[in-house]
Amino acid sequence: MGDEATFDKFRNCAVEVLQVPADKVVPDARFGDDLDADSLDLVELVMALEETFDVTVDESELEGIETIGQAYELISAKL
Amino acid sequence: MDRPTRARKGDHAVTDEQRPENGRVVLVTGGSRGIGLACARRFQALGDRVAVTYRTAPPDELRGKEPDTFDLLPVPCDVTVPEQVEQAVAAVEAALGPVEVLVANAGITRDTLLLRMGEEAWHEVIDTDLTGVYRVVRRTLGPMVRAHRGRIVLISSVVAFLGSAGQVNYAAAKAGLVGLARSLAREVGSRGITVNVVAPGVVETDMIAALPDQRVEQLRSMVALGRSATPEEVAGAVAFLASDDATYITGAVLAVDGGLGMGL
Repeated sequence: MGDEATFDKFRNCAVEVLQVPADKVVPDARFGDDLDADSLDLVELVMALEETFDVTVDESELEGIETIGQAYELISAKL
Repeated sequence: MDRPTRARKGDHAVTDEQRPENGRVVLVTGGSRGIGLACARRFQALGDRVAVTYRTAPPDELRGKEPDTFDLLPVPCDVTVPEQVEQAVAAVEAALGPVEVLVANAGITRDTLLLRMGEEAWHEVIDTDLTGVYRVVRRTLGPMVRAHRGRIVLISSVVAFLGSAGQVNYAAAKAGLVGLARSLAREVGSRGITVNVVAPGVVETDMIAALPDQRVEQLRSMVALGRSATPEEVAGAVAFLASDDATYITGAVLAVDGGLGMGL
């Protein structure tokens, strides 16, 4: 896992793209159930994260990613 | 580029209050002549801010009253070159703002019977008429998704459904647009974005003028209304699909062919 500043950046992305309050962006939050995000939202989020962190996420890597924590691990592992 | 403010979920209807006073930002590809230019003029008459792409030089029709001015925003763009699509849309966004209405009209023909149709003629037409639409749509879609509004109209052709000897490449590309539009309509329907297809028949344009007279007469004889269309008659249908009267129409194919295809 990355540091706190990295997670802040990640959270800001999620807040902006998903239009959810920052306190809802927690590791256990599920994209579908807790954040009301559909597949198009997730594509948008991934694109925003790729831009913000200057990383590339392959379509196949997104399989099974259902929570904020999982997504954050995926991104921070690339930094 | 600043991201447009994202609308709330379910906030789909575009009301007059939400609409900027100076009209919508409209991009028409292949907008320097024919159907594209007629569409551009129609949106302009509705008070929209309109950009048109052209391939070679901005034609005289676009010249404004003052020297070196244009009454439509002309942007150079060969839709077969991804970098040019990026630059063209970025130029429109910088000058007018994010594209709210996209009319994908740019297209070419390279007619010959299949037996004589080489790979080049096939690829050239597919790359412009089908892949070119993919490129422009993909580049303009993001801001529409974030804004929760947008209208996309793809200009197909009656020959997508009727078939046309000597136009295997063109008919295939134009038929492909229907699958593109309907799939995309499902992808972005939740964002209030509509994606529709207009399928013109025999329209008085340079493209038809290039066909053999015999073929044009043959097509015209099959038209219920017994005449060809003006580009303006196609533009009317395009403007309708982009209007507030068409909020519940998506994934549709609107034939504007004088009764040539009739439900095909």
